[in-house]
Amino acid sequence: MYDVLIIGCGITGAATAFQLSKYKLKVGILERENDVSLGTTKANSAILHAGYDPEPGTLMAKLNVRGVELARELCAKLDVPYRPCGSLVLAFSEEERSTLEELYRRGKENGVPDLALLTGDEARALEPNLSGEVVAALHAPSAAICSPWEYCLALAETAVKNGVELHLNTAVTGLEPAEEGWTVHTNRGEFQARFVVNAAGVDAAAVHDMAATHAFDIKPSRGQYYLLDKSEGDRVGRVIFQCPSKVGKGVLVAPTVHGNLIVGPDAAPSQPHDTATTGDGLRFVRQTAQKSVPSVNFRESIRNFAGVRASTAAGDFILQESAPGFFDLAGICSPGLSAAPAIGEYAAELLEQAGLALDEKDAFICERHRTRFKELGVEERAALVEREPAYGRVICRCETVTEGEILEALHSPIPPVSVDGVKRRVNAGMGRCQGGFCGPRVVDILARELHKSPGDIVQDQAGSWLLDRQTKGGKADV
Amino acid sequence: MYDLIVIGGGPAGLAAACAAWEGGLRSILIVERDKELGGILNQCIHNGFGLHHFKEELTGPEYAGRFVKLLGETGVEVRLDTMVLDVTENRQVHMVGKSTGYRVEQARSIVLAMGCRERTRGAIAIPGARPAGVFTAGAAQRYVNMEGWMPGRRVVILGSGDIGLIMARRMTLEGAKVLACVEVMPYSGGLNRNIVQCLHDYDIPLYLSHTVTDIRGRNRVEQVVVSQVDDKRSPIPGTEMVFDCDTLLLSVGLIPENELTRQAGIEIDRRTNGAVVYENMETSLPGVFACGNVCHVHDLVDFVTAESQRAGAAAAAYVLGGAVPGGQVLEVKNGDGVSYTVPQHIRPHRVDKLCELFFRVNRVCKDSEILVTSGETQIARFKREHLAPGEMEHITLPRALLDKAQGAITVSIREVSK
Repeated sequence: MYDVLIIGCGITGAATAFQLSKYKLKVGILERENDVSLGTTKANSAILHAGYDPEPGTLMAKLNVRGVELARELCAKLDVPYRPCGSLVLAFSEEERSTLEELYRRGKENGVPDLALLTGDEARALEPNLSGEVVAALHAPSAAICSPWEYCLALAETAVKNGVELHLNTAVTGLEPAEEGWTVHTNRGEFQARFVVNAAGVDAAAVHDMAATHAFDIKPSRGQYYLLDKSEGDRVGRVIFQCPSKVGKGVLVAPTVHGNLIVGPDAAPSQPHDTATTGDGLRFVRQTAQKSVPSVNFRESIRNFAGVRASTAAGDFILQESAPGFFDLAGICSPGLSAAPAIGEYAAELLEQAGLALDEKDAFICERHRTRFKELGVEERAALVEREPAYGRVICRCETVTEGEILEALHSPIPPVSVDGVKRRVNAGMGRCQGGFCGPRVVDILARELHKSPGDIVQDQAGSWLLDRQTKGGKADV
Repeated sequence: MYDLIVIGGGPAGLAAACAAWEGGLRSILIVERDKELGGILNQCIHNGFGLHHFKEELTGPEYAGRFVKLLGETGVEVRLDTMVLDVTENRQVHMVGKSTGYRVEQARSIVLAMGCRERTRGAIAIPGARPAGVFTAGAAQRYVNMEGWMPGRRVVILGSGDIGLIMARRMTLEGAKVLACVEVMPYSGGLNRNIVQCLHDYDIPLYLSHTVTDIRGRNRVEQVVVSQVDDKRSPIPGTEMVFDCDTLLLSVGLIPENELTRQAGIEIDRRTNGAVVYENMETSLPGVFACGNVCHVHDLVDFVTAESQRAGAAAAAYVLGGAVPGGQVLEVKNGDGVSYTVPQHIRPHRVDKLCELFFRVNRVCKDSEILVTSGETQIARFKREHLAPGEMEHITLPRALLDKAQGAITVSIREVSK
């Protein structure tokens, strides 16, 4: 019997598990996929918003500002790439200038620090590549960028280190009230829990409907992106937004913590798991972004992707006890990543109010470290390779990732089982050749370390097979 | 301190090291990131290599083997499984390897021979879903020929570059069904002999002026949509063809791999994506030379060898001969029909007798003249029956002609009407 079972291990589920792992509780996470962070968490703008966007008084407003405050400390403790680069919202007309003024007022009310309204020239002094058409900008120095999947992974790993049980490849198929709490039916048998937390992202409404009467719909909204080469990584130093509209915060141009430039997203209604890009969507992203930063060179594209926002009509996060002992953490669209650790805290409060005792553990581990060969100095590198030769074998040449780092990931609390799982942990395959060089080498290492045949190694989620069968005589040559 | 460090042990690095040894250098190091010498030739198990250089037809591994054998007769030092991480302006080379550790070596001269990499799906922004099953042709070639694994059963190939064409045949021979080869340009980017021997001979259709406009499938590729394009390379609605397949191979271009070159502050040519070089393959950093596909993408390895031998010999001359007094530097300009030239600069006083000039054309031309002019003066003219972007062109300019030029020479193409 679990005290709490969390359904879904995206950033919301991971942050909730992390928070609950501080207490003397038996906590489990049920994740449908073979890894954490495979939904919206891995495909978004990677921005920790300052918090001037949400309507004052909403959960979004409250938890966004609190969340980014927590994020700064968490990312440092858990070794998550994080850069407090600040953001600018651009105005191209007098009408948009008044939008900026409204955002400024909201930001003040939400408690966003150090906001400033700038003239177009002041904005261009900060960001020389901005368009000459910019007439004003809102500067928010507290906005930051991070690695969203590593953030999720770090929270989930820390939760696991502190005793949380993560069940991967476990899809919830039904929820049934039990004598005490809930029976959770899955493809891998039944689980019992006193409390159930729904953090199922774009499928949160479907999970809700298993436990309570229908109350909300997720209206999935797909956003498409360009990721550009590091040669474009310095095009801007801050997150550059346009004025927000009803459908989202608009197309942004931003640096990434990995040194690339990210451009996007658009917004269009979609199926819950439809992460395809389209020619029209990508064209819209290019054209709209060039309004902000005309010199962005899209010939330096290294990847396109799309993510699906788990939006609802509510216009706010849905964080509530929807049936006795069943809690929704739903409608987590932007600023969900920013708010995540605060949503975790809020979820713990809701559970406590419902009767869950939160007794702190004596020894809560809140640290994480991984080797990043590329970031080491010459002497540190030499010493590391001397001590542990696997760090001397470079597997990913674009990102300078070594075999030692991959082996380290394979011995971490949540080891990767796929090529992209390795990528999310150590950056191998994230660079300009997109795994063309290291892909076969990573397959090799995974097969060797997981004692599997190369034919059983997948690209990413279950079913994403890479190799069909051995060639004629292939076996004989090995 | 080494006289010469060669970065990369593929065909370019091997030829450069051998030539430098022959040129008199005795302290030479080749640094190779793979576990054996030969580079990408090792996975090119088809034949067709060596017709120019060895006057016989070899496979890729055989071609590499010839040079590895030659190298074995020299005292050149080789470090395998070792990656160069940095090259500094004062010719220090940082490298790391599992068994060799992290080392910083000083060189009197350096030959850059890192080769090239393949353009990816992301580089050309193919829309659609992102399932497994989209491979660059070279990665697929590695899986099939080196690892012994087939990456799929029903295959569409985008791009008619040589590796794609070779893989069409290779996968067919291994029992896969290659449904189509799709090329966005109205002509193929590969060698004509490969179109015939790899597509026609196996009845694989080649769709010119077509491209992939959608990829479908959640976990693994299930369908690829191919559309015709107009003369601006934009897809024409209503021309879609749907192929049921599990694999999409990309052969959409090669990019010289110049991260180290850029780090060293060496000038790069936007057109070749390689270092700007002089007639002896020397880059803008004295004593540092570049050759092979890291300098510009070649069509035949035989030409890589020839170019790299010049680079290796030049490195030897640099180390042994000391500084050469300055003289006129001619800029080589691209005229009509020419997309790049190598070298980009020529120092006539450094040319012994003949200067080799390589270039590619930007369109298919029949019955043409290659014109070399300086100002208003035509200094040379060469006739060609056929010119195509997929094939590297090559002319030889005698020093006597170069001495007549002033400031710059221009290479251009003129089609001769019949």
